[in-house]
Amino acid sequence: MEEKAKPKLDLNRVAMPRQEPKIRARNFNEVALGYTEDMASKEANRCIQCPKRPCVDGCPVNVDIPEFIKAIRDNNMPESVRIMKGKNALPGICGRVCPQETQCEEVCTLSKKGAPIAIGRLERYVADWERERSSELASSPNLPPPTGKKVAVIGSGPAGLTCAADLAKFGHKLTIFEALHIAGGVLMYGIPEFRLPKAIVQGEVDYVKSLGVEIRLDSVMGKLATVDELLESNYDAVFLGTGAGLPMFLDIPGENFNGVYSANEFLTRVNLMKAYLFPEYDTPIKIGKRVAVVGGGNVAMDAARCALRLGADEVYIIYRRSRVEMPARHEEAENAEEEGIIFKLLTNPKRFICNNQGWVTATECYEMELGEPDASGRCRPIVKEGSEFTIDVDVAVVALGTTPNPLIPSTTRGLETRKNGTVVADEENGRTVKDRVWAGGDVVTGAATVISAMGAGKRAAASIDAYLKRK
Amino acid sequence: MYKIVAKEKLCPAVDFMKIEAPKVAKKAKAGQFVVVRVDKVGERIPLTLADWDDKEGTVTLVAMQVGTTTYKLAALNAGDHILDLIGPLGLPSEIENFGTVVCVGGGVGVAPVYPVARALKQAGNKVITIMGARSKDLLFWEDLLRSVSHELIVTTDDGSYARKGVVTEPLKEVLERDKQINRVIAIGPAIMMKFCSLTTRPFGVTTIVSLNSIMVDGTGMCGCCRVSVGGITKFVCVDGPEFDGHQVDWELVFARQRIYCDEEKRSLELWKAHQCQHS
Repeated sequence: MEEKAKPKLDLNRVAMPRQEPKIRARNFNEVALGYTEDMASKEANRCIQCPKRPCVDGCPVNVDIPEFIKAIRDNNMPESVRIMKGKNALPGICGRVCPQETQCEEVCTLSKKGAPIAIGRLERYVADWERERSSELASSPNLPPPTGKKVAVIGSGPAGLTCAADLAKFGHKLTIFEALHIAGGVLMYGIPEFRLPKAIVQGEVDYVKSLGVEIRLDSVMGKLATVDELLESNYDAVFLGTGAGLPMFLDIPGENFNGVYSANEFLTRVNLMKAYLFPEYDTPIKIGKRVAVVGGGNVAMDAARCALRLGADEVYIIYRRSRVEMPARHEEAENAEEEGIIFKLLTNPKRFICNNQGWVTATECYEMELGEPDASGRCRPIVKEGSEFTIDVDVAVVALGTTPNPLIPSTTRGLETRKNGTVVADEENGRTVKDRVWAGGDVVTGAATVISAMGAGKRAAASIDAYLKRK
Repeated sequence: MYKIVAKEKLCPAVDFMKIEAPKVAKKAKAGQFVVVRVDKVGERIPLTLADWDDKEGTVTLVAMQVGTTTYKLAALNAGDHILDLIGPLGLPSEIENFGTVVCVGGGVGVAPVYPVARALKQAGNKVITIMGARSKDLLFWEDLLRSVSHELIVTTDDGSYARKGVVTEPLKEVLERDKQINRVIAIGPAIMMKFCSLTTRPFGVTTIVSLNSIMVDGTGMCGCCRVSVGGITKFVCVDGPEFDGHQVDWELVFARQRIYCDEEKRSLELWKAHQCQHS
C-alpha cells in the first residue's frame, strides 16, 4: 500500500564540517571540509521533492536540482553526476563559491521554514565524489559528430570555460585564448586556495579539455592577435569572456607607497604565483604585521584572510558603510570574523602615511555616518568632519572592485562599450553590436559572481550554436 | 614551452638569447616587452625586446644577471626551453621622422635601445647614439649600434675604453653642439634615465624613458608597476613602458624598485646554494 501520510518535515540542515578557526587562520588548506556520505544522504533525504521546483529557476544555469538530489538519495551517484554535468560543467567550483543563499537555496520551499536544503553543499559532494573516482570512471563524454565550425573564446574564467564546454558539446571546434600561464581566470588568480583549492579548478579545466576544447595559454589577445584578425582567419564566431581584471584605487594621497597593494596584485601573488610558499616559489610578497584591507566585498574578505594566513598579527577590514550594507557573502564575513579579522566599520581612509624609505606606516581615516540611500539603494556614507584618526599598518590592500580590461574593446573595430568600460551585449543571448561577436560575464556586467558569468557563458553558447546552425 | 635557439654571453653577467616565439615575433614592435617565467616555481618578470625576427620566428632578449629569474635564464643553453613567454606587451615606441634624435643606452639598456634607434633611422631621422657602461668588459653591441646610427659616442665610467665618464656628459655636449635636437630616448638604469632627463630639461627637448618596473601579469591587472607621471598614476605595463622623462616622479620609481630587495636577495642566495649542491 502506498504511503499517504504527509512525511514529517526535517528542518535540521546538516552543518558543514569546517577547520577550527584558530587552526585554519594559519594555513592555506580548505576551510570547509565537505560532507561525508552519511551527511550527504541525511541532507538529501530532507528534500521534499516538491513539484514546483523553484530551486531550478533560482539557479542561473538551471541545474536539475531535485533530480540530482534524488539520485544521491537513491545512492546512485553516477546518475547524480550525469544530471549535474548535463547543465553545469564546473560543479566543484559552484558548490564552493556560488552564493546559494541568494539563488537556489533562497527560493527553496523549505526556505520558508528557515531550513532550505543545503544545495551547494550537496553539489560539492557530488562533484568531489566524481573527482575522487575520476580515474575509475574516466568516462569519455559522448560528443556529437564535428560540425566543422570554429569558435574562439577569449578568457578561460567561468564564462569562457562554460561557453566553450557547451559549444564543444554541440560539436563545434573550440579554442580558448588565455592571457596568463594557467587557465581558470579569477578562479586561479583571485579566489584563494582555502576557499577554492586550485586542484579542483584544474580538474574542471581538464574536464573542459576532455570535451576537445583547446586552451592556448600565454596568449594576450588584442596584442598577439585582434578579434578582427580571428574573425578574418578561420573562426566563425568569437566569445569575449575577459572578465573585469583592472583594479580600482581610492585615489587618495600615498596610495603608491611601498606596501600598498591592489587586491588583484595581493591575491595574484598569493594564489596564482604561490607567494605563500616563498622562497620555494620565486614570487615574493610583503608579510605585514598589521594589515588593513579597504573594502567590504568577498575580495576584501579573501585578501584579509590571506594576510592572516601569511602570518599577520592583526588584520583589519576598513569599510565605509555598516555591516548590513557589506556586499560580501554573509558566510565569508562570518568566516573572516571567526578567524579574528577586525572589522573597522563606518571608516574610510583619507590618506596613507609613509616612513623616509617610502614604506607605508599608517592610514589616516575618517569616521563615517550613513545618510540617505544613494543610486545603489544603500545608505550613502558621509564623512564626519574632524573625525580623523590613524591606524598603524605596514601593509594595506585596496579592494574596491575591478573594471574590464580595455585591451580587447580598444583593439576591436565596432564594439560598443559603456563609460565604465563594460562591453554592451544582449543580456538574453550575449550578442554584441558587432557581427559574430558575443560577450558575457564580468566584461559585460562589471564584477559579479562566478555563477552569473557561467550563466552568461551558457546563454551565449546557445545563441552561438543557433547562429552556427543557421549559417 | 619556448625553445632557446641561440645563446651567447655578451659580457660576464649579460646574456643574449634568441627564443622561438613566432606569434610574438610577428607582432613585435620597437619599445615593447615580454613577460617570461622560466620554470614552474618561477616569477614573472618583464624584459624589453632587444630584437625579433618575423621570418625566423624568434625574439631576442638580453638580460643582466641580477635576480633569481635572470640567473636561471643565464644557466640555460641553446636547446633548453623556458616555460612561458608572453607578449608583445606595452605600447610601442612612437616612431616618426622627428628630425634629429639622440638615443642613449646605459648598461644592459643598450640592447632595447637598438631596435628603437633602428626604427628611428628607418623613419628618416638623423640618429646620434650614446652608449655607456661601467667598464670595457660590460660593453656590448657597439657595432650593432653603430650600424643604426649616424654618429656613435661610447663612454665607460672608469675610462677603460673609449671616452671616460657617464653618458650625460656627451649628451649635454650634443645638445649644446646641435641646436636642433628634436627628441632624446634614454634606456638604462633608472638613475641614468633620471639624470638624462635632468640634463635635457634646460634645453626643452622631449625626453622619452623606458621604465622597467616590477610586474606580475604585465597586462594591467595588478597595478604593481604603477608610476606617477605628471602627477597622474599610470601603469607601466599598459600605459608605457615609455614615458616623458620630465614628468616622471623618479623618487617613486626608485622606492618601488626596492620593494622586494630583501626577498630578492634571499631567493637568489637560496638558488645559488641549491646550484652549488647540484654541481
